[in-house]
Parts: sequence; structure tokens; C-alpha cells
Amino acid sequence: MALVEIRDVYKSFQREEQRIDVFTGLTLDIDAGSFTALMGPSGSGKSTLLNLMAGLDKPTSGTVTVAGSQVSTMSPGQLAAWRSRNIGFVFQSFNLLPVLTAYQNVELPLLLTRLSGSERAERVKIALDVVGLADRAGHYPRQLSGGQEQRTAIARAIVADPTLMLLDEPTGQLDAKSSQEVLALLQRLNNEFNKTIVIVTHDAHAAERAKTILHLEKGDLIEKPRMAAVGR
Amino acid sequence: MKYLSLVVANLKRHKLRSILTIASVALALFLFASLRSVTTTMAAAAQFGGARRLVTLNATGLVFPLPLAYGNRIKALPGVTGLSWANWFGGRYGDGKNFFANFAVDAQSYLDIYPEIILPADQKQAFLQDRTGAVIGERLVSQFGWKLGQDVTLQGTIFQGDWTFKIDGIYHPTDPAIGDNVLIFHHDYFDERIGRAGIAGWYIVQIDDPAHAPTVAKAIDDMFRNSSSPTKTGTEREFQASFATMWGNVSFLMSTIGLAVVFAILLVTANAMMMSARERTGEIAVLKTVGFSDGLLFALVMVEAGALALTGAAIGLGAAKILYPAINFNGAGFLPGFKVATSTLVIGALVAIGLMLASGLVPALRAARLPVIQALRKVE
Repeated sequence: MALVEIRDVYKSFQREEQRIDVFTGLTLDIDAGSFTALMGPSGSGKSTLLNLMAGLDKPTSGTVTVAGSQVSTMSPGQLAAWRSRNIGFVFQSFNLLPVLTAYQNVELPLLLTRLSGSERAERVKIALDVVGLADRAGHYPRQLSGGQEQRTAIARAIVADPTLMLLDEPTGQLDAKSSQEVLALLQRLNNEFNKTIVIVTHDAHAAERAKTILHLEKGDLIEKPRMAAVGR
Repeated sequence: MKYLSLVVANLKRHKLRSILTIASVALALFLFASLRSVTTTMAAAAQFGGARRLVTLNATGLVFPLPLAYGNRIKALPGVTGLSWANWFGGRYGDGKNFFANFAVDAQSYLDIYPEIILPADQKQAFLQDRTGAVIGERLVSQFGWKLGQDVTLQGTIFQGDWTFKIDGIYHPTDPAIGDNVLIFHHDYFDERIGRAGIAGWYIVQIDDPAHAPTVAKAIDDMFRNSSSPTKTGTEREFQASFATMWGNVSFLMSTIGLAVVFAILLVTANAMMMSARERTGEIAVLKTVGFSDGLLFALVMVEAGALALTGAAIGLGAAKILYPAINFNGAGFLPGFKVATSTLVIGALVAIGLMLASGLVPALRAARLPVIQALRKVE
């Protein structure tokens, strides 16, 4: 059974009087432990697909099921709790809270758990160790480089040990060296820690790191995945 | 508690703005407490008065005196157990900038009728035996540096000339409404200096039973109804209250200004909170993505608003409570016993909670209702 099951999803937006259909019956499976890259031109629906998987958006019709939970039917309150347990989200522009240190940023998802202060501290330390930033715990985002900021964001995404990691253009604002570091880190998380990763990217080099590449074109998967996923 | 670091970090985001917001709330509540304390002090003064004391005035008005000859006739009425009289003197000391009340009183009977005036026995004796002596409240000692035995000269404003008195005693009032900045001297000396005019500003009548107050008051007023100086007698509390009602509009003005100040500060605080929330639209969206619920974000924004309002309130109300006793404030003698009452602190705290709700509600609701996708689209 796939970790992510997207079944016959329709998604449309209303922009003034015009209806824009993003997905018209999309079906897709993503297996646990996979590393999938979603590629495609702007407006093809990559980010919308990521948002649907994260429960940030709802399909017009169809179902999105992640780890056995039907995300598309949950209430906002249920979705918030579900996201805190199951989703690690990484943004293109890092989106660290500028008033918090790297440590405090990474700790954020753990504040929503019942862990004690010392247990949280231990987990934050491990997460920062994994991304190679243990020595930057007390630094504020403005004191970090772009690559370090993104690695902190990845630490924040993995600290609560989520079921699924979703990354939206994680290397979009990084130079080549930092991009390689981040991508190597993602590969390591997938290979060593068996994290299920879905990454949206325009960058073919970044996509090559994934085990599966899906191409979206106007809401349709036009190229079949190399592995696990089945497109319509 | 685990969210405290998040709240503190957000408050420290714009330190100056947070400090100014707290300062404005503190100032508003300090002013509120001060203005309300003026009215509560006046109201408390209006409540002063022994249940067994009546005051007899000239029915035409306080500024018109009564004949001294009325004294014996009042004293002879059934139910009257004691009598004293006093005259407003209106003398000033030095450049007159430091106002204090001064009265000519019938010393022995006055001190008997007012047990609230505590005077050491030897000083009382010295005063009673010294026709040009005076007794002063303890505040005048600290205000002017006067000492026992010292001669002080007042310039008469109503009764012209220099009036020199020897300080024979320093009293302490057990009721703050008595005032601790009053000078009293002998009515007999006063009467002699003004040419034996034989006048009393008002009479203080002690009665045997508070229940007899209406009967005795009526008897006094009936006795002088057809004289050249008809009287108006009431309880001492009514007498004090008549002063308070003269301040009626001032009380209303104080309350109105207090509310206006609080409302103005409410707008400032609300604006600061809204700006803060608007600046963080993207961050709130990120927190929602992480898994923070709408309710939790609502609570966090409200706690921030509360931290600003309640810190400001604690500073403002605390300053008012501590400052006025520390400087021994009495409104230049017009507000004896001035103090910030507990009820004022409670109302101030309620105002702060109202401020928190009013300033935090809108940004908190905005944060809770923020659509994540649209907000993320703006920051991404």
C-alpha cells in the first residue's frame, strides 16, 4: 500500500470570472521510503499538488490519503494536529522565524507535542547534528548563510520525525555549492533514515538526485515515473 | 509555559515599539488612577463626619457669619451635649504659594468635640493656656520646617494685618479627612483682633443620640428662623457632602478625561498590535504549516496583547499606588487623605483586561483565520 494515495483529484480555482482547472482527475501513488521529484513549468500544478498532500489545500473533488488518513475530509483543527505529526514542510525561501534562534526554530514543531523540555532539547540537538549545524544552534537566521538557513529549515522539518517530507523548490534561492549540500542531505535522509521525500523543483540536476521523477504539464502527469508512482 | 519563548521573542521583535506601547498604557492607567483617586478622595471626604455632630451655618451661605450669641441658646436646647465654633481665617504664609487651611476655633470645646485630632497632653495644655498660640498638623512641619515653640506669622487676607502665632502643638489626625495640614488658633484672640465683632463662621453641635439629629437640627433652625441671621443645620456628613457637590462637575470632568485618555491609548495599542500581526502574516502561515492550530495562534496573539497591556497596567497602577504616598501628596491641601483606593486598582486592572481584549481581538482573529495558501503565496 502506498504512503500517499491521490485518487481522481479535481482541483480548480476561480480567478475573477474565469475558472482555472489545475487537475482533472489526477491519480498518483507515492510509496513509503521513496524520493520523488515533481517537475514541470510554472502553473503546471506542482505546488498545488504539494499543498494537497500537506493538507494545506483541499481538492475540489477526489481524495488525498496519506498514511491511511484521508486528508481531504479533515476539519482545519484535525488537519493542524495531523500536519504536526505527519508532515515536514520546507519552503523555497526557508521561512525561518527571524526572531528565533536556529535552535528555537527547529524546536517549533516539538512545542506541539507532549515532550518535556529536556526531551525536546535532545531531539533538536540530534536534528541539528544531522544537518551539520550543531554549532549554530544559538545563531539567528540573519547570522546564517542561505545554505545554513535551508538546512535549519530541513532540521525543523525532520525534528518531529514526520511521515512525509515535502519540499517546495528547496534549492531555488541557493548557490550551486549550497544546493549540492542540501540535496546531498536530502539523499542521506532518504537513504539512511528512510524518509519519504517529495520535492518540487525546476532544476533538472536537483531532480536527478530523486529516485522517481514526475513531470506535470497543465495538471497532467505526462511522463510515467521511473519507479513506484503511477500517473494517469 | 513552553510557548513563552515565542511570545517573548515576538515582543522583542521591535523593542522600541513594545516599550513605547507599554509606556503609553502605563501612562494612561497612571492618569486614570490619579484622576479617579481625586474623585474617590473627595467622595471619602464627603463621608466624613461623626454621627453625633451637627453643623450650623448661616442659611444665606457659608461666607456669611453667625452671631456668637447664638452659642448659649443652642447649647441650652435639649439633646445638645457639646458645642464649639470656628471661623475660616484665610491667612497665608510667605509668598502664599503653599496653601493650607487655617481656622480660628474655640480651642477647648473644639478639641473635645474632635477626638480625631490627637495632640500630646502637654502640648494641648500649653495651647489652651496660650492666647496667641496655635496647633498645626504634622504635614506643615515637614512642609515648612516649623518647630514647636517657633513663632510663625500669617498675612491676613480676609482679616488684614500680620498675625503671629507661637506653635504650641503638633497634631496627628486619626481620620485622613480631617487633614494634616491645618493650623488652628484661638477664636478669642481672633475676635479680639477684629474688634470684638462677635461672629462665628459655623457652629459644631454635639448631640446625645444620632437618632435625635433631625429633631435637634429643626429646633436650632426654628429658633433662629425669624432672626437677622437664620440658620441651616445638618449633619456633619451633609456639610462635607455639600463641599463635594460643589466639585460635582469637576468629578464628571475627571472621569471623562480619564476615559478619553484610556480610549486614546486603546487606539495606539490596537494599532501597534495590528501592525505587529500584519508584519507577521507570512510567519503565521509558516506556523500553521508546521501544525499550529487556529486556536493556538489566536491564544498566542492574545497573550502578546495581554503582556503589553498588563505590564503597562502594572507599571502605571503600581506607580500611582507607590508615588503619591511617597511624596505625601494632598493636592495642595485640597485633597486631604489622598490615596489610590483598592477599588481604583481593581477597575484599572479591568480596564487593562478590556484593553487587552480590544487591542488583541482583531489581530488574533486575523491570525486564526489567515488562509495559509494565500499567505504563503505572498511570502514565497
